[in-house]
Parts: sequence; structure tokens; C-alpha cells
Amino acid sequence: MSDPLLAPLTALGMNAPMIETIGGVTIGENTSLAIASLSARKGKDQELRALIQPVLGDSLPQPGHAIGARDVTAVWTGVDQWFLMAPLPEHPDFAAEIKALVADTASVTEQTDGWVVFDITGANLIPLLERLCSLDTKAMMAGDATRCLIEHLGCLILCRESARSFTLLGPRSSAASLHHTLVTAARSIA
Amino acid sequence: MSQKNRLGGGLIDRNQPLSFTFDGKSYSGFAGDTLASALLANGVRLMGRSFKYHRPRGVFSAGSEEPNALVELRGGARREPNSRATVAELYDGLQARSQNHFPSLTFDVLAINDRLSAFLAAGFYYKTFMWPSAFWEKVYEPAIRRAAGLGRLSTEEDPDVYDKGFRHCDLLVIGAGPSGLAAALTAGRAGADVILADEDFMPGGRLLADAGLLSDQTADSWIGKVRGELASLPNVRVMPRTTIFGMYDHGTFGAIERAADHLSEPPADKPRQILWRIYAKRALLAAGATERPIGFENNDRPGIMLAGAMRAFANRWAVTAAKDVVIFTNNDDGHRTARDLAAKGVRISALVDCRADAPASADFEVLKGAEVVDSRGRLGLKSVKVRLQGGSTREIACGALGVAGGWNPNVHLTCHKRGRPAWDAAISAFVPDPNVDPLLRAAGAAAGIFSTHGALQSGMQGAIDALADLGRRAGPIPLPTAEDAPVNVAPFWHVTGGKGRAWLDLQNDVTIKDIRLAHQEGFKSVEHVKRYTTLGMATDQGKTANIGALAIIAELEGKSLPEVGTTIFRPPYTPVTIGAFAGRSRGKEFRPRRLTPSHKWAEEQGAIFVEAGNWMRAQWFPLDGETHWRQSVDREVLAVRKSVGICDVTTLGKIDVQGADAAEFLNHIYCNGFAKLPVGKTRYGLMLREDGMAMDDGTAARLAEDHFIVTTTTANAVSVFRHMEFCRQCLWPGLDVQLISTTEAWAQFAVAGPNSRKLLQKIVDPAHDISNEAFPYMACGEITICGGLRARLFRISFSGELAYEIAVPARYGDALIRRLMDAGEEFDVVPYGTEALSVLRIEKGHAAGNELNGQSTAAMLGMGRMVSQTKDSIGRILAGRPHLIREDDYRLVGLVPVKPEDTLLSGAHLMTVGEAAIAQNDQGWVTSAAYSPHLKSSIGLAFLKSGDKRHGEVIRVVNPLGGSEFDATVSSPHFIDPEGERLRV
Repeated sequence: MSDPLLAPLTALGMNAPMIETIGGVTIGENTSLAIASLSARKGKDQELRALIQPVLGDSLPQPGHAIGARDVTAVWTGVDQWFLMAPLPEHPDFAAEIKALVADTASVTEQTDGWVVFDITGANLIPLLERLCSLDTKAMMAGDATRCLIEHLGCLILCRESARSFTLLGPRSSAASLHHTLVTAARSIA
Repeated sequence: MSQKNRLGGGLIDRNQPLSFTFDGKSYSGFAGDTLASALLANGVRLMGRSFKYHRPRGVFSAGSEEPNALVELRGGARREPNSRATVAELYDGLQARSQNHFPSLTFDVLAINDRLSAFLAAGFYYKTFMWPSAFWEKVYEPAIRRAAGLGRLSTEEDPDVYDKGFRHCDLLVIGAGPSGLAAALTAGRAGADVILADEDFMPGGRLLADAGLLSDQTADSWIGKVRGELASLPNVRVMPRTTIFGMYDHGTFGAIERAADHLSEPPADKPRQILWRIYAKRALLAAGATERPIGFENNDRPGIMLAGAMRAFANRWAVTAAKDVVIFTNNDDGHRTARDLAAKGVRISALVDCRADAPASADFEVLKGAEVVDSRGRLGLKSVKVRLQGGSTREIACGALGVAGGWNPNVHLTCHKRGRPAWDAAISAFVPDPNVDPLLRAAGAAAGIFSTHGALQSGMQGAIDALADLGRRAGPIPLPTAEDAPVNVAPFWHVTGGKGRAWLDLQNDVTIKDIRLAHQEGFKSVEHVKRYTTLGMATDQGKTANIGALAIIAELEGKSLPEVGTTIFRPPYTPVTIGAFAGRSRGKEFRPRRLTPSHKWAEEQGAIFVEAGNWMRAQWFPLDGETHWRQSVDREVLAVRKSVGICDVTTLGKIDVQGADAAEFLNHIYCNGFAKLPVGKTRYGLMLREDGMAMDDGTAARLAEDHFIVTTTTANAVSVFRHMEFCRQCLWPGLDVQLISTTEAWAQFAVAGPNSRKLLQKIVDPAHDISNEAFPYMACGEITICGGLRARLFRISFSGELAYEIAVPARYGDALIRRLMDAGEEFDVVPYGTEALSVLRIEKGHAAGNELNGQSTAAMLGMGRMVSQTKDSIGRILAGRPHLIREDDYRLVGLVPVKPEDTLLSGAHLMTVGEAAIAQNDQGWVTSAAYSPHLKSSIGLAFLKSGDKRHGEVIRVVNPLGGSEFDATVSSPHFIDPEGERLRV
């Protein structure tokens, strides 16, 4: 076709990711994370774990945890359910890639555009995070990950480095509201 | 202006003078002052007028329990009524105004109420403003509100921001007096995660207010050391200016931090207050105690205050209310006040002690077995009348009277979960029930332990015990040597024999007589007395008033105080600003908004948006020259029927259903069959509730043997998903089925109209044939568009026209609608909004939320035969209840007014022509109505009894609310293409 390819917009409705530093906190939209959900089929849990082991280098994580290996991270999101994440440029059709790997041991959906992803970094993020969600974030260590509620929005929070680096996934359609909350809280503690 | 009542010493910073105004007049104070202490320093005793009788009033306490000194703080939009002067930290430029008077504080015409007091007794409002009832809202309430003592709101938007947050700890210590400090230090040294919260801006509690409590070091020095050590411990967070206002379930506490109330305005972007939810594994209540007054005639004049407050003003703030003071007490603590004041150079004209065995003093005259029975001084105390032991009276001139009636432990938080306090006869006060909650202990004065030694020790022990519960060891720590005086108090609540009014509740102007009258009129329970007399209501919740009233009820009932009991203490402990509860959720950030992938594009088109749940949906797209919404909507509707239109339908719920048993699962969920739906096909489905009523409708598309996409209505996206998860996990856990929402992941557009296929063929990649033969009505499939972008295509229609829904990953939604609009130019494509969507579906006779309101059956919707009887599905059995399958039940019909000028409105009721328009004759109601530009008429959908058999009948449409009544013709609900031919071309 002679028409140009369609150009994507970020969840915040921009052409490029928005990255801001407020005080000691940097909030950056991460638009290059491919996300796929993985749900074990009934009775296929062990087969699934065996198939996914080479990708993760480890077994699928337990509740409250994430496991990362090479460029794929797995996060527990529910009973027999995980989110797998990987860099989008290298994995443009990540869900199909995973589905091909796990075959009928698991159900896979594309979740890449279901979420807005914010990477939040700073020397001490606890004062920010305690304004946002009810988790005891100061007790979270690298690899801890859980669902949480932020301003009525069901989010997923991953600790990459204790107190210093977190990744937050929120519902894409509410990206602007979630961003407003993050920025307001960051200014409030700056 | 000189501070004539300023004494030496104190914890104020004399190097930091501050100026402020009260009722427009300038005064000066120092950093560390409260508004109350600074006003007293300047000789201002009169600070306000009382609620009901407009009696002159001054400051009564030195803390958050203050009933009297309520002022309007700040100006402009920041004006804050009913602020307690005793907790308002002084800052430079502070503005305060007294409230509840006209025209001025010293001359108030409404003080006439005081003369009319005989008519304004308990229950006055209940007795007086009974009839006519039409006067309640328009006459009585405004008049009462104007006369009653409430400050004025600014009525402007609050310019400040408020925040909220969540904190976790092992031990929450509530109060930073001696017991709280000892507890925090004990737990802090043991490495526990500690939060120490105190409502004051300075830690220390009574250590700041009383002199000489510690003997081996000064209180200042010990507080300084503890403060420094707590600040150095990373596991301890000290939260000054923070009130723990409520205890809730599972160790959850509400706290309000006044982050910037001590500044004239908060720094830019910084919150004025922060509402915290604190999750504590254990908590220690070290909230101290509140002193109580003794009732006597005219005990409310400015200058009459709690003795302990007088002592706090002298020691902490270096202020006295007057140069010459009388103390009236029933316990040894009153003597402490007299001693401290005398040591500061204040003249103690007399100490009146009701106990015959009161201790003597070398520094001042002690009148044993005597009582203060009355006072004089219109705008401020001039003298008190004392009845001496022998019965003779003596008038003693004084500018202030300190009243010491004993202390009440601040048990409030221990009662928030319905605990009732226990009576401790040794101190004549209610103390926390030790078994109230295993998470919450009390220490120090809050536990009824009034000596400083006892406070320090019980604070430390409380922390040790709390941490032991958590399996942590905490050692005893060295504590300062402190006074350990016993409590020596004679229960004495009010003097007797007076004829005038003795106040119990200063804030609500409730007198001893009011309580007696209420009792006489049959109000015996404390809860009833509270509501009848207003005792213990409003901002102070009777902290200084309740116990005196309980004592009177006990006397009248011939019961003991513990038998009478207290009213229930509820959160909040002290008032919390509504703005703090709202936090960041205000204005358009009141709740999160959901934006569709085409939102930005729609904004550029000047779309008018409507809220649909949290979604913002384009309602219509006005063009230049269109001045009425109907012009835009009619144009959009006609354009869809004539050629092609595009609508963002991303908001419809999308539930991905996978698994070997996915088809069986859907077969149970939907009342119609899904087991045999071929791959590549979509089917309309109706879900019933267990009770057989229609729950939601939508489509399910089969992408593979083990893969379906279920769509729901926008409104029910979450509830349907929840319902399906419940079914999956609880009803049929044996089925292999997995569910997940993909609503947000895909941008989805309806492309509808006779030219929709031609338009789509321009963007769908050539490898995918979407001709009518290859991709017939109800087909679905995964395709690529625009040179390789993966997409999903569904041939479904809500409008009744040839139509498709196309989905792409959400980030491409914006680009897709732009591409479709460009590609559709040759077909005069239009975007259409939810209004046109609604008109199109009403014309087609599709049910939507108005028809699926929880009261409709499949049969009512004309889908009775869809409920499969050959398989089991949710709601099948109960849908067959005799009443629900009556032939004469309501059926969905169409309506067209007989006269074109009549307009159908949803909600109107239907009556058979010739019958009276009364409820018994009701035949049904209009559910949806619209103007159909296609039919050039108002049309409606309605539920009508036996409606399927009444097509062609003329019926009355009655709208008693709007006052209209006209005839309409009953028709099929399908105004457009009833045979469905357009869908299949």
C-alpha cells in the first residue's frame, strides 16, 4: 500500500513519551513495554512452567512477586495468572510470540495497550508512594510486585530497586488522571 | 501595643515578635504563641458571643477542647469560621474576627436572647417551630441560622490544596506528652517502626504546661534530648500538628496533619492539610486528660477558665488572664495552679476549696469548705461571690477565676469501636476499658494515671507490652525522676442553691436547668438528653461539658455516674476540614476520567462530550452554523443511513474468554446457545440474572475453537466481568476457562452505513477479502490494515445498517480515525456521537440501558424464544416463573404520536383510550424516545401490556409531571428495516 503506516500516540495523547523531574523524583512514561497476560489452562500448570522456564530462567513468580531474566519480566497478577513484559521494539507482537511458545498450556492476551506505564525513579520515593497507595512501600524490595488501588484506579506496582525505582501500570484510558495524580503528589512533596 | 499581661519566662521566642489583628485592631505577640495566648497577653478577655443567648465569652481552655473562643480566622477565600483560638498558632499578619454578634462584639443586639432565656430553654426549637410546616425551610431555618452562633463561610472556592496518604507502623503513639515520649523512645530504641503523632506543634504535653514536674533535670532539657534522639532514629516518624481523630477496624487510624495552618498561606503546590490513613499493628493512647469545670451561677463570663489552662498559659506562654486571680477547686491540682501563678508574680486573691480539709498555703489565702456561687462583670469578670464555710458570703474582686473540678482521661479513641469506658472511683472519672481492643492500650493521664512518674513509666511499659505482642523485645530505658503526687479529689460537680443560670455546655448554651427540664419532660437516657438539649454537640463535642451533665442526670435519677454512663464517642475527635477528606479529588479531578483513543481527535473537531460512567464520550460533532444540538444529531443520523459514519465504541466492555471449555462456559452464561457458534462468527447474546431478569446484552465473537471475545454494554462492563469471574471461580470451577478484560487494550470504531464496506476496503490489506460473500453478516476475524497493522473486524450492527466494528491496538486509535476520515471523504463520511448512536438504535428498536433496567424479562424485550430450553443457563429456570411468562405481560413496542407536533418523553405512562389516567389503569411506560429524522417524527420505545398484540392501536401517552397527554399509535419497535435486509447486503 502506498499510504504511510499509522502513527501511534502515547497513552497521554502525545507523539513521544513524557518525562518530568519534579524535585528529586523523575516520572517517565514508558511506551516501549510489550505486555502479555498469561493464564494457565486447567491442569497444565506444570507443563506451562516447563515451557516458560527457558524464557524466564526461573519458575513463574509467586503472589506479590516479579521475576526477571534477560529481557522478559513476569509478574504475578492473579490466581494462575501472570503478566509478561518485554521491550516492545524487540517484541512487536509479543502476545503471539508467547502464545506460540506456550501453545495450549495457557491462554494469552495482548495487554500492551491496556496500560499506561510510568517508570518512577529518585533517591527516596517513599514520601511520594505513601501519598498514592495504601501499600507499605517502604517494605518493598526489588522484585516485589502487587496490584494496588491509586485514586480509584486498579494499578500494578513493581519495585525494581528498594525505595529508588518503581514501575507503575495503570489503566490506559485513565492515563491523564493517573499522571495528574503522580505529578500533583510529586509537587506536594518536592 | 503593649502586652500588659505578659509574664516572664515561657516557651515563646521573644526575639520573634509577630503582629496580628483581632476585629481589625492590631496587636503583637511572639513566635510560639497561640491566638488565645497572644490575645490574653494583650489583655483581651472577650473573644466571642455565645451560640444561643449571645452572652459575652472568653477563652476557657488552652487546648483543642476549647468550647468558647471560636473565631473566624484569615480573610477572603481562606476565611475559616469556628476556629479555636487556643490551637491557632500565631503567625505574622494573622487576621481573626470574633463571630456571632451584631453590630459588634461589645454591643450585640441579639443579646436580647439572654433576657428571653426563659423562653429559649431545652427543646425550644422542637416546641416552637412546629407549624405551619411550610415555614420550616423558608422562615424558621434561615432565621434560626442567622441568630445562632455559627461563623460565616467565605462561600468562595477554597484556594488551598489538600493531600492524603497512607502510613504503616508497628506502634502508633498518640500524644507526645511524658507518656507518649517515653513510649516512642522505648519502641524506637528497640528498632520498631514507630509513628509519634501529636496535635500540638511542640512535643511535651503537660511537661510544657506545668512547672517542676521533673526533679533531676528540666523538662525542656529532657524533651530536647528525646526529640533529638527520635529525629535521629530512621525507624521513628514524628508527626507534629497531627491529630489522630478516629480509630477504625483492624488497627486503622484516621489522622489529620495541619501541614501549613501555621503559615499565612501554604507554599505553592504544597498541601495545607494532609489526611493520613495509618495502619498500626499496635497503638498506644497517650492523649492526656481534659480538666472539667464546676457549675455555679454565671460561670461563663470572660475571665472564668479552667485552672489547668490558666497554669499552661502562665508556664508555657508566659501569660495571665488578669493580674489578680481566684482559684476554685475540689482537688489538689487547683493548688498547683495557684502556686505556679503566684510564683510567676500573679496575685492570688483567694483559693476557694470546697473541701473542708483542704491543705493550707503560705503564699495565698485558702478558703476551706467554701464555694464560688456567682460572678459579676458584663463583658469580663470583675468579682466572684464566695459562700464561706459558715454560710456567709464574700465578694472577692478578681479579673480571672480558675476552676479546677478534676480531670477526665481522654478516652475517646478507645470508644470509637463501641467500647464503653469504665468508672474509676479513685479519680472520679471514666477511664478506658482495658479490654476494649487488643490493638489499643492507654498510658499516662489517658489511662487515669495522673502523676508524671506514672505517666513516664506507663508509657514505657505500654510500648514494651505492645511490642511483646508483636514478638519484639524492648528493654526498659532510663527515665527522668518525676513527681509522683497522689490524686486527691472530692467529687463535686456544681454548687447548689442558686436561682440563676449555671452553664454546663458553654458552646451550646446548655445550663443545669436545661438538663433538669429535659429530665422533667421525660428525657432520661443520656443520648436523649443530648439530642433534646444539644448538650455535647458541635465542635467540642462536650469535652468540658458532658461529665457535669451526667452527674446531674445521676442525681435526678438516683443513680451512680457509671450507671448513667456516657454518650457514645464517635470520630472525629476534633473537627476535620471537609477539604481534607476530598484531598486531591476535586473539580474535574473529582474522580479519574476515562478518555477514548479518539478523544484528542474529537476535541480537535469541537465535539461536545458527555460523561458515561467515568468515560468521556463524544455526544455530537457540531459543524459551523449548527446552533442547536438537534441539527448536528439529525445530520449525523441521516448521513449514516445515507452513506457512512464512524463512532468510537471503545467504551463497550471487551472480555477475552479462552480455554478448552470456553464455549460451554458461554453456553451457561448466555440464555441463548453458543456451543455451536462457528469459528469466525459473532452472535448476539442475552445474559439473565439468576432470578430470570435480563442483565446485559452484547455479542460474543468466536476467534478460535477455544477463544471468544465477549462485548458488554459500556455501563455493565465491570459488573458483567465480575459476574463472569464469579461463575468461573465459584459455580463451575471445573471448567477450563480463563477471563481477562481487554477493554482498554483495543481502540474500537463502529463504521456504519451503506458505504461502510467500500470505506473499509480502502484500508484493509488486500490479503483479507471482506466482500459480502467472504465476510457475511455476523462474520468476525483477525486481519491487518494499512500495511500490516493487526486488527480485528466484526460485522455487527447497532444502527440497522450494513456495519462493522474494527479494533486496533489502542495506541493506533487516533491514527485510525484520522485515516478513516480521510479515506471516507469521497463518501461524505461523518463522525457520530452517542446521541446519534441512540437515535439510530431507537429507530432500529434495539434495547439499551433504558430497557435493560433490571426489571425486564427476555419475553418483554421480544426475545422470549431466545431463552434456550434445551440447555442449562443462568436464569433459565426462574425466567419460567408463571408471572414472568404471562401472555399479557409487558412487551416492547414502538410509539409514534398521532399528531406530529406532540413529543414523546421517556417516563410517560400509557393508558387505554377512554379510561381514566389513574395508576390502576396503567398499561405501561415509554422507555426511550427520540426525534427520528428518518421518519420526521418523534418516536419512542415502550413497554406495553400485551404490546405485541396491539400494533396499530391508538393509546394515550400521559405525563402528569410535564402536564401533557396525547394520543400515539402503537407499532413494531423496528421503525427501520424490520426484515433486517440492510444488514445483509
